Amino acid sequence: MRVTTKLFATLRRGRFDIDTFDLPEGATVDDIITKLGIPENEVTLIFVNGRRADRATQLADGDSVALFPPVGGG
Amino acid sequence: MDKILRIDMGAEGGPKATTVPTGEYSGLGGRALTSAIVSKEIPPACHPLSAENKLIIAPGLLSGTTSAMSGRISVGSKSPLTGGIKESNAGGQPSQVLARLGYAAIVLEGKPKGDDIYKIFINKDGITITPDNSLKMLGNYSVVEKMKAEHGHKIACISVGQAGEMRLLAASIAFTDTELRPTRHAGRGGTGAVMGSKGVKIIVLDDTGTTMRQPKDPNKFKEANKKWIAGLQSHGVTGQALPTYGTNVLTNIINEAGGYPTYNFKEGRFAGAVKISGEVEADLETKRGGLATHGCHRGCVIRCSGIYNDKDGHYLTKQPEYETVWAHGGECGIDDMDTIAMLDFLEDDIGLDTIETGVTIGVTMEAGLLKFGDGEGAINLVREIGKGSPLGRIIGSGAAVTGKVFGVERVPVVKGQALPAYDPRAVQGIGVTYATSPMGADHTAGYAVATNILGVGGTVDPLKPGGQVQLSRNLQIATAFIDSMGMCIFTAFAILDQPETFQALLDLVNACHGLEMTAADTVEYGKRVLKMERDFNARAGFTKEQDRLPSFFRSQPVGPHNVTFEVNDEELDQVFNW
Repeated sequence: MRVTTKLFATLRRGRFDIDTFDLPEGATVDDIITKLGIPENEVTLIFVNGRRADRATQLADGDSVALFPPVGGG
Repeated sequence: MDKILRIDMGAEGGPKATTVPTGEYSGLGGRALTSAIVSKEIPPACHPLSAENKLIIAPGLLSGTTSAMSGRISVGSKSPLTGGIKESNAGGQPSQVLARLGYAAIVLEGKPKGDDIYKIFINKDGITITPDNSLKMLGNYSVVEKMKAEHGHKIACISVGQAGEMRLLAASIAFTDTELRPTRHAGRGGTGAVMGSKGVKIIVLDDTGTTMRQPKDPNKFKEANKKWIAGLQSHGVTGQALPTYGTNVLTNIINEAGGYPTYNFKEGRFAGAVKISGEVEADLETKRGGLATHGCHRGCVIRCSGIYNDKDGHYLTKQPEYETVWAHGGECGIDDMDTIAMLDFLEDDIGLDTIETGVTIGVTMEAGLLKFGDGEGAINLVREIGKGSPLGRIIGSGAAVTGKVFGVERVPVVKGQALPAYDPRAVQGIGVTYATSPMGADHTAGYAVATNILGVGGTVDPLKPGGQVQLSRNLQIATAFIDSMGMCIFTAFAILDQPETFQALLDLVNACHGLEMTAADTVEYGKRVLKMERDFNARAGFTKEQDRLPSFFRSQPVGPHNVTFEVNDEELDQVFNW
């Protein structure tokens, strides 16, 4: 299945802003984080299709995953 | 900080300054002090531009000390925009300077008879009030330049631009930053119009010959300040995200979450958001020789601001904040950073609330006066405000007035004040704060976005009504306390997640003032402030019917989540039922 991944803020450094790749059926958000080699504690906010998700969230074909480090403002 | 400077602008024979002890207001600072004076001394039914209204400017209880982040200043009044109580607060240098000069507050009262405008100079030796009509209709940048020529560079200024002089409802009050530029604003609620109505163009503060305020227990204070700074620096938001990218780091995440109001709250995502995000902005600032990390006042360790240079590397404006970028970006469909930065500069110079002005431009686009995305048209509209043309005066009077003039249904305001940069349908917690804050729609009054979207202070589902009332209530109470200390609200990100950092704040307050406040006491302090504010509004004629969002938020679903605002009226009425 094809999943789009978007990285933000410091997570982009040395990686990418947006990319789409193939994942095996049943893959989770955690699989993407592992595949990209992002250290355990760097991702604190995960959105799948604009909804809050977590590492264990199972992905489906066409999903859009957004990964953020801690961010805030206002 | 044991005295209040009262200036009667309408006194016989010209403005008269009197310094009085804080008296019954002792122990109050910042928002607690401005709201106490508004609530006790201003007739709730008065016209906001009349002699009966007052303008109160107060540093926080910790301002002027060596404690980090203590440079916020509160401005209080009866708001010309909402008709209710207003506390609008700003960063910049004046808070620390005013506190070191020993003043808990400046209160501008009365109204001069003629049409002279005045400058007020305050240093350790006293107060001088002089009419100076050569300052008439100058922008904030020009009037500050003139003061630098007269008084040197070791000053801090509080001023109004053309908008304040014209008493427009979106007029702000400008506070100078560490570079002595008028870039930090008490934007919300039209307090600039009140200052203009008092005939005051600028207050110049000079703290030469003064020292830092001394805490009652210097050792305990020093120890607490170390823990306070360490706590702020170790939290991901205050230690990394805000220093690196500034507040505009929010554009991508709020857009991703579907809560980024687009085309005047028609949609929840903006295709152009990626071009005006904090990542792009910080990169541009660095490339052009500006700064992506910069504090708005000395003693700030978060440093969320920056310096924005134009294409040729010349200073254009300070780093436009998230709310400003959104108000002219997604709200107006503009996706060009330089256009937004120019609007930021113009609004700082003319002295306008960037949220109110941006939303108003969005409303005119909805009306068809301009097309969404027309950056040049937006710049021209803002210039009209500075000129004081009839159209400019309408736009400068805010979204509610402009919406009526142009016959627009979708006007995003509560109590007459424009909504900030989070759609309350997709971030329901902030909708509760918008609806119920005594200030009108104000995200800073109880920043539920933290818990709804950012995972700070726990997690509450942003798309559902459950838990939002309690969240907003607790945040509104905590914020009222923080606003009274002179502390930047961004410290809340660390406080909400780290109990030891909250304890460090308590220790700072206690060591400074010789108190023994507990966490429970801070809650009581915050409630007391909110109670005074709500009491003033009730006497000014506000009822629960004003604690509501515009009805379109219930009837028009917003994409991509296709949601409406679902917190019902009965629940909203429980926010202050603690």
